[in-house]
Amino acid sequence: MPIDRRLISHFDWPLVALAIGLVCVGFLTIYSATYSITEHRASGLAMKQFYWFLFGLVAMISAATLDYHHVDRIAYPVYGVTLVLLAVVYFIGHSGGGSQRWIHLGFFTLQPSELAKIAIVLALTKFFQYDEPPGGYSLRNLWMPFLLVGPLAVLTLIQPDLGTAIIIVVLFFSLILMGGLRVRSFLALAAAGIAFMPIAYHFLKPYQRNRIWTFLNPDLDPLGAGYHVIQSKIAVGSGRFLGKGFLNGTQNRLDFLPAQHTDFIFAVFAEEWGFIGCLLLLVLYFAFMIAGLRVVARAKDRIGALLAFGVVAMFFWQAVINVAMVTGLMPVVGITLPLLSYGGSSMVTMMVAVGFLLSVSMRRFTF
Amino acid sequence: MISLSSQKEVPPEFRRRTQLLVALVCIIFLFLFVRLLYLQVIDGERYTYLSENNRIRLKKVPGTRGMVRDRRGQLMVDSRPSFDLLFVPEDSVEPEQTLRRLARYLGRPEEELVKPFKDDKYRAPFDEIVLGKDIDWRSVVVVESHQLDLPGVSMRTRPRRNYLDTGMAAHLIGYLGEIGPRQLKTQKASGYSMGDEIGQAGLERRWEEYLRGQSGGQQVEVDALGRRVRILHEVEDVPGYNVVMTLDRDVQHAAQEAMQGKEGAIVALDVRNGAVLAMVSAPAFDPNVFARGVTAEEWRGYMNDRAHPMNNRAIQGQYPPGSTFKIVLSLAALEEGAIQPDTHLGCAGSMAFGNRVFRDWKKEGHGSVDLRRGIVQSCDVYFYQVGNKLGVDKIAKWARALGLGEKTGIDLDDEKSGLIPDSEWKLRRFKQPWFPGETPSIAIGQGYVTVTPLQMALMMSAVANGGTVYKPWFVQRVESLDGAVVREYGPEKLRTVTFKEGTLTNVRNALADVVASPEGTGGAAKSPLVRIAGKTGTAQVAEMKGATVKSENLAYLIRDHAWFVSYAPVENPEIAVAVIVEHGGHGGSAAAPLAKKVIETYLAAQGEIPAPTEKEPAGQKLARAPVDDRAD
Repeated sequence: MPIDRRLISHFDWPLVALAIGLVCVGFLTIYSATYSITEHRASGLAMKQFYWFLFGLVAMISAATLDYHHVDRIAYPVYGVTLVLLAVVYFIGHSGGGSQRWIHLGFFTLQPSELAKIAIVLALTKFFQYDEPPGGYSLRNLWMPFLLVGPLAVLTLIQPDLGTAIIIVVLFFSLILMGGLRVRSFLALAAAGIAFMPIAYHFLKPYQRNRIWTFLNPDLDPLGAGYHVIQSKIAVGSGRFLGKGFLNGTQNRLDFLPAQHTDFIFAVFAEEWGFIGCLLLLVLYFAFMIAGLRVVARAKDRIGALLAFGVVAMFFWQAVINVAMVTGLMPVVGITLPLLSYGGSSMVTMMVAVGFLLSVSMRRFTF
Repeated sequence: MISLSSQKEVPPEFRRRTQLLVALVCIIFLFLFVRLLYLQVIDGERYTYLSENNRIRLKKVPGTRGMVRDRRGQLMVDSRPSFDLLFVPEDSVEPEQTLRRLARYLGRPEEELVKPFKDDKYRAPFDEIVLGKDIDWRSVVVVESHQLDLPGVSMRTRPRRNYLDTGMAAHLIGYLGEIGPRQLKTQKASGYSMGDEIGQAGLERRWEEYLRGQSGGQQVEVDALGRRVRILHEVEDVPGYNVVMTLDRDVQHAAQEAMQGKEGAIVALDVRNGAVLAMVSAPAFDPNVFARGVTAEEWRGYMNDRAHPMNNRAIQGQYPPGSTFKIVLSLAALEEGAIQPDTHLGCAGSMAFGNRVFRDWKKEGHGSVDLRRGIVQSCDVYFYQVGNKLGVDKIAKWARALGLGEKTGIDLDDEKSGLIPDSEWKLRRFKQPWFPGETPSIAIGQGYVTVTPLQMALMMSAVANGGTVYKPWFVQRVESLDGAVVREYGPEKLRTVTFKEGTLTNVRNALADVVASPEGTGGAAKSPLVRIAGKTGTAQVAEMKGATVKSENLAYLIRDHAWFVSYAPVENPEIAVAVIVEHGGHGGSAAAPLAKKVIETYLAAQGEIPAPTEKEPAGQKLARAPVDDRAD
């Protein structure tokens, strides 16, 4: 397919640069997190992550090349495939870390709940692409989005992958708000959500309930989940202004941090690079969000703006919830730090998402 | 600031929303920024202090496991405090020197303590090495008093399971052991972690969730030498619930004593509800060995023992019932009308049937025999004929109705069902019809028939209580620490068999005469304190060729198994006891006295009869003299 020269000239280089910058911070931190002091070398995970990044780069360029108007056509098929994969995981999935999240595909394992985040963004973008009714959508108009989000959220929740389920629900609300929800409906929904909480709580696994209670009152479980939060806070706090230096983080080194190369990678980074490092990392993320929102604002049409918004919302919520969790502001729910945390499915998903942003950005002048 | 210029085509409503979003992103990122500023800059010094040498340690204290008591509140299993000796090398400047010093204080070889430290290459820093489990009191005192010389050495108190009487009812209660990697995977969600103990068998496993309690612990801040500076958080451990069994400790003890040095099983049930009063499988294992951590050598010892001490013979041993099966035959024959109580059949010492000759245990024969004499003298020829009149399928119907040939459903793992054959089974198993010539063997409890001792006790209970088959149970209550009932268990009827008037009376009278009558085969169970009803049995292990040989002369392994099944008191039955002594020879001499002892102990514990004297009166053995010693 010949690519319009104008598309290349409008390629959003700053956005790509910011994404690659974040990925590079990820390499360094994964290297440090998996470095063994007894053997004086890192495990191969940083290198593995690099290969995933290369794969993600191809995926990103493919997504960027795709005219985003095709979302209208591919949204439901993607949604359907995701649903099937989640069901497969539930029945035959590989069990790891106490829950079923992966499917073995020979050379790698697929985590369909990552795909679910993309699927919900695409499906809702398709739904909201037409002009909103005057005054905005009322809840009665929105049975379809609810029908779409329900199975995805439930299937991820029962894996159990509370973190991704939360992201899916948060994305859903972000998108219907952006899509144009009436203020009255929004209030009604919020009220219903609060009423639903006890029911949702009922379905949580005991250890997930523990985490919520531990968050609300860390003294409740100082030996279990509370211990993780405290060790994570010690790691972040002891980084102080300038950090302990690359490969010098003791909390990380001595295995006091849980999931140090995935969910708690920010703690490893904060310990070694200190407040200055964290500030730079936050600025990097902030700049990425703003660049993303600029794509939303400059999008040519509604479908493009919604797609771009969905991607930004995904990055934003994951980054914010992850940092808040690691610094003890929120319960530990198992959400990765986008583009930094180790994980193939997560990396490819995020790169595809960046590809969608680029696709919208590049086509803002074409007709 | 970045300008959010928009094209004409941009939906106008999105412009305002995007501006709101930018504001939202700014606010939330500012929030995170403030949080990091607080953690890293304002509070950074404190966290740095905590992170140096990682000053915060976890000391986990498992909840004290609940106790196990018998029906009268007597202790069966409890937990006692014990001390483990720990060492954290990172807390010591010269770990090896410290260990050598410790060895000198304890009077142990230095290498013995240094070795685990040197070998442990994969230990995570600040993880403790366990130098000794359950160390003695002297060592505790020595370590405490030299604490200053021994940086990094500490002690941990742990409750250790204590099975009284070196493992009373070991097969019923089971044992506790460290959680295995595979169990850990499935149990992680219930809050187990590495090194925790979990019930591995028997009651300890089935009642795990009640017994276990909740572990507590401390989040402790330590100084550079690993000494406790202050407790940051403490979670009190919650002791587990206590379990009250239906067992009677005295009866169990008596039964175990009786089985000392023998192989076999004793089961005692309360005939009125199916509660287990005692269950012995001999030889047994010592659960205390598992509680302190079984060594590979000990484990191999148990596994390779020819006598299989880990097997619970009471529910897993499948034996031919021998002549005890004649009880089932009698009930079936009376119910089906195959015979009347006064039907006389001839016994000439053997019976030819088909092309085989079936022998009686008494070569010269019993003459003309009715039901009472058939049971009392255990006449084989009489029951060969009764069996032929009934046919195998009717025998099977009544045996199964009384609970034989199927699992009783007792709350223990790996119960065996035994086997009650019928023509349909034969066809399925061997693709052959049932041959009439096979029935006589079945009639005297040989051939394909096998039963477990528990099933025999259950059958005897049904005879005693009028036909109700209960599911055997051995835990009656779960109690909280203050004695409040958390869960209660009760009898569960599996089925009720209704008998014609007279059937039970006839059989019961005959069973009483087996013990009471001078010509009965069970005279050894006769007690001056209580009237006992029972039936002897001798299960052939090896097919006997030619003339009968005195079984005492046979090599041990092919000697017959001795059975005695019984209940008492005859007038108002309370307890049923089944005894099997493997390779014990004859039921009358090897098994019956054990049943008597168990029954007497039970009734004495109930206060219904005076305590039995330990030594049998000298005349007792002579009283049985007229009875043929091979009597069965």
